[in-house]
Amino acid sequence: MVPLTGYLLVGAFLFSAGLYGALARRNAIAILMSIELMLNAANINLVAFWRYGDAQADLAGQVFAVMIIALAAAEAAVGLALIISVYRKRKTVNVDELDLLAG
Amino acid sequence: MPLPPLPTIGQLVFTGIALFTCASALGVVLARNLFHGALALVATLFGVAALYAMLEAEFLAVSQVLVYVGAIATLITFDIMLTRSMMYGKTSPMNRQWGKSGLFAVLIFLALYGFVSSIPWPANAAPVTADESMIAALGQQFVTSYVIAFEVLGLLLLVALVGAVMLARDN
Repeated sequence: MVPLTGYLLVGAFLFSAGLYGALARRNAIAILMSIELMLNAANINLVAFWRYGDAQADLAGQVFAVMIIALAAAEAAVGLALIISVYRKRKTVNVDELDLLAG
Repeated sequence: MPLPPLPTIGQLVFTGIALFTCASALGVVLARNLFHGALALVATLFGVAALYAMLEAEFLAVSQVLVYVGAIATLITFDIMLTRSMMYGKTSPMNRQWGKSGLFAVLIFLALYGFVSSIPWPANAAPVTADESMIAALGQQFVTSYVIAFEVLGLLLLVALVGAVMLARDN
């Protein structure tokens, strides 16, 4: 049996990679993909804690993970629609060139 | 001095999946070509689905493949093609603060690593029944204990998708 630490470390690595991508990438689509990585990291932790807790009786961890997957789908749909809309108006999806609100 | 115990099959499989998932996650954030990044994202999502399967959450593993690989990855690929943002190579895919961001991400990982490895987590999980009763129980929880959250989630999904259509419409 794999110890719980293994799953938590994979989750920590995915979260850190996603954080780096969200902070350092220029392309808005790449930032969205990094956010998906971070959501997956949280999901791994939820499912791992569910499995190593009272798995048979308490399914809250799995329920929470299913809801996060549905939320991620909604977030991706709205985010990608926003990116398409911005691209139509500005002809770019690089977030450092979208400075309409900068004084 | 006694030798450490040999890794079991499960541990070897877990190590393989974990390395595959982490390597493709690095590919997502470091790829110069955005399309390669999207393909690496698909690999990462498959790796996470395999981790769910190893944790005996079969329903989640299938949902992960259906929703993430089937829907979200396709949506991202469409967006990359629609915005023509994959024709790169001349400019860097990173912004000016990539050095600081990398340092910050490494520090966060080290902090999480120290925190996770300093706590004596349980090394073994209690076995669960291997039949479909777990999935049936999960479905039952959705329409009893978590019915309000479930309905609100359905409403949110509807509003988000209608909103996405309105945003992306060409007018």
